[in-house]
Amino acid sequence: MEEAAAEQKYNFDVVRWFAVMTAVYLVVGASVGVYIASELAWPVLNLDSPYLSFGRLRPLHTNAVIFAFGGSILMASAFYTVQRTCGVKLWSNKLAWFTFIGWNLIIVAAVITLPLGLTQSKEYAELEWPIDLAIAVVWLTYMFNFMMTIANRKTKHIYVSNWFFMGMMIMITILHVVNSAAIPVGAFKSYSVYSGVQDAMIQWWWGHNAVGFYLTAGFLGIMYYFVPKQANRPVFSYRLSVIHFWALMFGYVWLGAHHLQYTALPDWTGSLGAAVSIAMIIPSWGGAVNGMMTLSGAWDKLRNDYILRFLILSLAFYAMSTFEGPIMSIKTVNALSHYTDWTIGHVHSGALGWVAMVGIGALYHMIPKLFHTPIYSQKLINMHFWTATVGTVIYIVAMWVSGIMQGLMWRAYDDYGTLAYTFAESVEAMHPYYVMRAIGGGIFLLGAVIMLYNIIMTVLKAKSEGSVKAAQTAAVTA
Amino acid sequence: MAFNDPQANETGMQSKAEKNVWLLAFLTFLVVSVAGIVEIVPLFYLDSAMPAKNIPGVVWKRAAGQSLDDWKEGDGVRPLKPLELAGRDIYQREGCYLCHSQMIRPFRDEKERYGHYSLASESMYDHPFQWGSKRTGPDLARVGGKYSNEWHKQHLKAPRSVVPESVMPNYPWLFENTVDGETLKSHMRGLRTVGVPYTDADIESAAKVTGRYEIDAVVAYLQVLGTMVKFQEGVEYRE
Repeated sequence: MEEAAAEQKYNFDVVRWFAVMTAVYLVVGASVGVYIASELAWPVLNLDSPYLSFGRLRPLHTNAVIFAFGGSILMASAFYTVQRTCGVKLWSNKLAWFTFIGWNLIIVAAVITLPLGLTQSKEYAELEWPIDLAIAVVWLTYMFNFMMTIANRKTKHIYVSNWFFMGMMIMITILHVVNSAAIPVGAFKSYSVYSGVQDAMIQWWWGHNAVGFYLTAGFLGIMYYFVPKQANRPVFSYRLSVIHFWALMFGYVWLGAHHLQYTALPDWTGSLGAAVSIAMIIPSWGGAVNGMMTLSGAWDKLRNDYILRFLILSLAFYAMSTFEGPIMSIKTVNALSHYTDWTIGHVHSGALGWVAMVGIGALYHMIPKLFHTPIYSQKLINMHFWTATVGTVIYIVAMWVSGIMQGLMWRAYDDYGTLAYTFAESVEAMHPYYVMRAIGGGIFLLGAVIMLYNIIMTVLKAKSEGSVKAAQTAAVTA
Repeated sequence: MAFNDPQANETGMQSKAEKNVWLLAFLTFLVVSVAGIVEIVPLFYLDSAMPAKNIPGVVWKRAAGQSLDDWKEGDGVRPLKPLELAGRDIYQREGCYLCHSQMIRPFRDEKERYGHYSLASESMYDHPFQWGSKRTGPDLARVGGKYSNEWHKQHLKAPRSVVPESVMPNYPWLFENTVDGETLKSHMRGLRTVGVPYTDADIESAAKVTGRYEIDAVVAYLQVLGTMVKFQEGVEYRE
């Protein structure tokens, strides 16, 4: 009855579509990931085809997981939570549909252009200028609709998850516009207006904040709504969330420079980036504690609430990777870790462990409410939880070992004072870990497929029972 | 509990921002802007961003009327010639930067493996920069001149035929596709707009590369990497 009332009060059509597409895109993005991981283990898989070569598919993988999967869950959950926390419908349903269709057309454009080699060659900002313009327009409609919904709210205060969503929207707008500034020289070819050191600094200011805002602030917005909701308890500390928010907004932006230590950039930029990176442990852990302690006194819920398991484990990974990151930004550690697989491992402990798991938890929470049907199988959620966890752990352990081994081999000297290993020897030594990584990724992918199946079965059941229609027409006493 | 109550302090800035979405958005905008202003803006005007640019032999000083062909190895950093630029376009297209860095750090092992540490000035004409972030393969900042053209061709056609441990893809299509000079001209005009000092004559000279195979362009690009500056003993290129 409560959900039928929400169905009639709010606008969930677009949210339903974004939610289902989230599950589809996780399978797509992870599949490409497993394929390119396998290419590094068995290069014959490049098949001598330009469209399947590693260099062209890797941007497809990153764009698919960040912008297709990540974007869909961010848009689904932002549109879902903003209505429920503000007590009003979306400001404009038409604009929300524009955002949905526009965003998915952008994803289609990425799937076509990236394998064709049409790229700006800036990491996580590869898409060429016409698509960049479309991203700017669609993103602004998303932000405007979200902010207008908040402006129309029935509640007095703006709920904390909305601060985080909005912080992400504002910063991503700034980053996208500044970093993607380019001079078009053809329909799908452009050159960055910046060069060399300036371009490097701007790229990593973007690169690290795609992580810091898109994949962290946005997903913290998800965390601050879905963890308390699923646990059925208020957020542990309001004051901690205020500190978490402002410290994150101020602090994260400085970190990009830690990607450029010991490069041709002036030394002070990297040192500044590293210093603030280390300081960021405090707000990050404050936020993780805030989320986890929400369960204080109700830890037993973890025993049979599989959705809560995803959410709480994601916070553990959030805490772990926000500790690992600052460590890697320390200059002496960075001298070893930079350019190695350790970076890839670090990214995936954040991406698989934190971003994907909190997103998956939110999705499992929303699907039954959006479709007014219990989830098809609780057992499959549990199975997904374990495949996702085991896959993630195998993946990051493989990359820790290979990354540190690479770093040590490159700098090793023999008794005669000459380099102990050729580069090719270090490549050969990576093979077992590349195989292990592909297996870990494959197990994670299996979990994503299980989720897609579970969600499709739920949606089909809802469809055959007409449960959404029933909720929309049910007599509610509100 | 007052500690956990958003309404405990109704008059503070936080409380105001929580009740006004536009104020919250504005404050957020201010807070996220600080770091970019401090870290990025100075790089556009501080001399220390390009510490070596005035050392003789680092940046090529082109005399009036000179063409790119008048440049000699070691004269300093110059814009890429048309065929090299075509090679760089392909380098971007194939995503080479995802596995190969072009940024040598000032460490003993990197000096021995790759050569002198990279200078900021060496990528001053690179739109965008190609420093990379990962070495699945070796750094390429100074690969120019280290291998023969024939080696590069064989390596790009079938990497494992020359380096058995390699995990690099084969690039057979580079031997079939050709370069178009007219497209290249518009690329050079675009680069001139954003600050690469190409002359009209440079741009016109792109016409003559039409029909060259892509492999020749890539090899020309690889062979010039890191060869523009001739480093002198005893000169400090960084503070």
